[in-house]
Amino acid sequence: MSEFNIVGKSMPQLGSIEKVTGKALYTDDLQFDDLHYALILRSPYAHARIVSIDTSRAEALPGVKAVLTGCEYQKTFGVLPISYDETVLAVSKVRHVGEGVAAVAATTLEIAGEALKLIEVEYEELPGHFDPAAGIVPVENPVHDHGRNGSNIHKQVNLSFGDLQAAHSATLFEVSGQFEFPAVTHGFLEPHSAVARWSDSADELTIWSSTQVPFYLRRQLSRVFDLPLEKVRVIKPYVGGGFGGKSDPFPHEFVVAALAGKVRKPVKITFSREEVFISHHARHPSIIKMQLGADREGKFTYLDLDATINGGAFGSFGVVTTYYNGVLTQGPYRINNFRYQGRRIYTNLPPSGAMRGHGAVNTRFVKECLIDELAENMAIDPCDFRLANLLPEHTLTATQFRITSNGMKECIERVRRDSQWDARIGKLPYGHGLGVACSFFISGSALTINRDDPQSIVRTVREEDGRFTVYSGASDIGQGSDTVLAQVTAEVLGVDLDCIRVISADTGRCPIDIGSYSSRVTFMAGNAARLAALNLLQALEKGTGNVGVGEYESPKMGGDYKGAGAGLSPSYSFGASVVEVKVDTRTGFIKIVKVWLAHDCGKALNPQAVEGQIEGSVHMGLGQFLSEQLQFEGGRIANASFIDYKMILPTDLPEINAIIVESNDPEGPFGAKECGEGALHPVLPAAANAVYNACGLRLRKLPAAPDYVLSLLRHEHTPVGAKKP
Amino acid sequence: MLHKITIKVNGEPHSIEVGSAETLACILRERLRLTGTKLGCESGACGACCVLVDGVPRNSCLVLAATVDGATILTIEGLAGEKELHPLQKSFVEHGAIQCGFCTPGMVMSSLALITENPTATESEIKEAISGNICRCTGYTKIIKAITSIVEEYKAANMVES
Repeated sequence: MSEFNIVGKSMPQLGSIEKVTGKALYTDDLQFDDLHYALILRSPYAHARIVSIDTSRAEALPGVKAVLTGCEYQKTFGVLPISYDETVLAVSKVRHVGEGVAAVAATTLEIAGEALKLIEVEYEELPGHFDPAAGIVPVENPVHDHGRNGSNIHKQVNLSFGDLQAAHSATLFEVSGQFEFPAVTHGFLEPHSAVARWSDSADELTIWSSTQVPFYLRRQLSRVFDLPLEKVRVIKPYVGGGFGGKSDPFPHEFVVAALAGKVRKPVKITFSREEVFISHHARHPSIIKMQLGADREGKFTYLDLDATINGGAFGSFGVVTTYYNGVLTQGPYRINNFRYQGRRIYTNLPPSGAMRGHGAVNTRFVKECLIDELAENMAIDPCDFRLANLLPEHTLTATQFRITSNGMKECIERVRRDSQWDARIGKLPYGHGLGVACSFFISGSALTINRDDPQSIVRTVREEDGRFTVYSGASDIGQGSDTVLAQVTAEVLGVDLDCIRVISADTGRCPIDIGSYSSRVTFMAGNAARLAALNLLQALEKGTGNVGVGEYESPKMGGDYKGAGAGLSPSYSFGASVVEVKVDTRTGFIKIVKVWLAHDCGKALNPQAVEGQIEGSVHMGLGQFLSEQLQFEGGRIANASFIDYKMILPTDLPEINAIIVESNDPEGPFGAKECGEGALHPVLPAAANAVYNACGLRLRKLPAAPDYVLSLLRHEHTPVGAKKP
Repeated sequence: MLHKITIKVNGEPHSIEVGSAETLACILRERLRLTGTKLGCESGACGACCVLVDGVPRNSCLVLAATVDGATILTIEGLAGEKELHPLQKSFVEHGAIQCGFCTPGMVMSSLALITENPTATESEIKEAISGNICRCTGYTKIIKAITSIVEEYKAANMVES
């Protein structure tokens, strides 16, 4: 018997009935009287000065109600206060193909489209910066004026822990490699959409937007339009997926706000799919070099990591990404000597940002592949090698991250057992292989982006009919956070789930939650909901009131070096995956046969939803492994469509075995921690290691598309780590 | 140029004047306000706008409204009864086949066409049938389970051997 009534039981997400009947309203579905339509004129150049913009002919077109250019709102904004570098529309120069240059609002979409054609922009083209390696030194006409010493370096990180020199002398085995990763993108199904409307008095702005971060959007709208916070209301309707692609305040949200101010009517924009690709803000393309050593006992001696990440045209989450490429790589293993040198370079490509598994997916791939090589060199089973090097529970890492619950060991043991690893490894025929890899990820960042922001506040009210309403700023973007809040609340209050209503992600009605990103919501909003319900229960028992408020703040922790806050989380998830592949060595085609993925989510509040996160992560991770990449021709994306950007079809999907491991985190709500992002990490390197096991190829870039695999097979290019003499 | 068409949508007849370039998706969403039909790509690549036109699954973003005069159209809004969900809808809900829900209407309509045509569909036929519907959240696993469960129910009710 479970000790819980609601928590730990599988249940459909709240809103499922609305979604399956077509009644759920997403932003583009909302109806407004006298709605006007906005479109954005986008730059055809990757890098160019704007010499002049003539909008007079567009303005004269009947039906056009407003035209906007960049000079009208020049205040910069962004998600990180240290990187406010985007503007509503380009001011004086454009930095990537597709950057907004002008915008119109018209009575119909057709008229808006006609109006765009009438806007004349004179550009003076500048040489584009596309190669991040070339941006490390001072350059002519850098992407931004604020790059380091006239270069295109946006952020540079140098961290060192332990004694690398001493570690080298204790090292008996070492491996190294350089790996390349192209840009991949979120691929959520609902295009960005936003509607803005001003009050009749023109001093209050309401915006409905498909966003993961209503409170960040509110803050930035208030800054750019110089409005008090309480005069800006952001409402998140149903959101059709995000994965990080809706976790920045985006220019179009400001464009509709500005246009709606001019027209004095509601103005809407909904992106085309091509615009979604252009807006991007997804996984950074990167070049990663890593060296990894182990001693005669088979323990890691050091990790030396160098990452150059391509930031594209703007900052976005990039400063955090730069740190995450390093500091999230060390776990789940004990590695006391660790050096990281990383840099993020501005280029004239669409801005990179945060995507599921933020900042750590590519470096995780490199590390887990090199561990496989190291284990082979040492003639140790890769599962045993990993098990021998794990961080324990309740410890500190070299970077002073506080590890609490840790189900890593059980994750490895489960995938090992379920895949019949020991019976099968090394015994499969040529072309058929198994590979293993592990993961480590944050349950939200312990430090908030805006230092004065609370993490999450929930207010729960007992209504006159005895039912309960939970008010939370947390954004359900399809991951099911509303359901988590309802479950936690119902469990504490001892009532059925249908006694709970959740009102969320409306800055005008809900207390703050800083957003659905960095896999923070179950842990942080979940804790706030639990506290709110406990406080309400107390008030009801004492007869002192009908409302309970809960606030979650992360405990103080971490080191005192520069950047110590990056990657610091109140709780970390762990996971392991075994992937089984068949490689057709005539065609280079990799078939993923089966995936086992065990994820330590602390406590599965809703096991069905946790499985859903694992299965979705496997699908997305395998897509990056097998086929997904943005292809650029100069600064233009050549495959900005779902036809040409190859995500895995159901027909190519392997059997996925989602395994839930529960370590019961001491600080998580009912023991829960993250599951939405960490679960993506291990599947890519496990697949790569399976390819090696199948046919002896060590992959050095992604995707592992047939042409690349074939080229490796033809050149018998199998670099392996060298054994030290 | 305007064309007058008469279509039956979810059992209700509508006579509408449509432009030559207007798509069925646009008519459903903008004129009839049936926004359950979603637009994810407007190029026939994602399947979010799938509806049944005379029983055949069609990406309504690629269907010109002027070409469906006289057609009977079923959208997601017409699937459930007054009080009960369609068994397929129920199965999607119960199996946790719905995360963000944006692909759900199109996915349900594609699967409905499949199980109507082929109520004993195999797993590979199910995968084939929904391969024009992109879902980025679920990894398709629970969607396939939801559809399979309907097939199994049909087989059990009709004593069809697996």
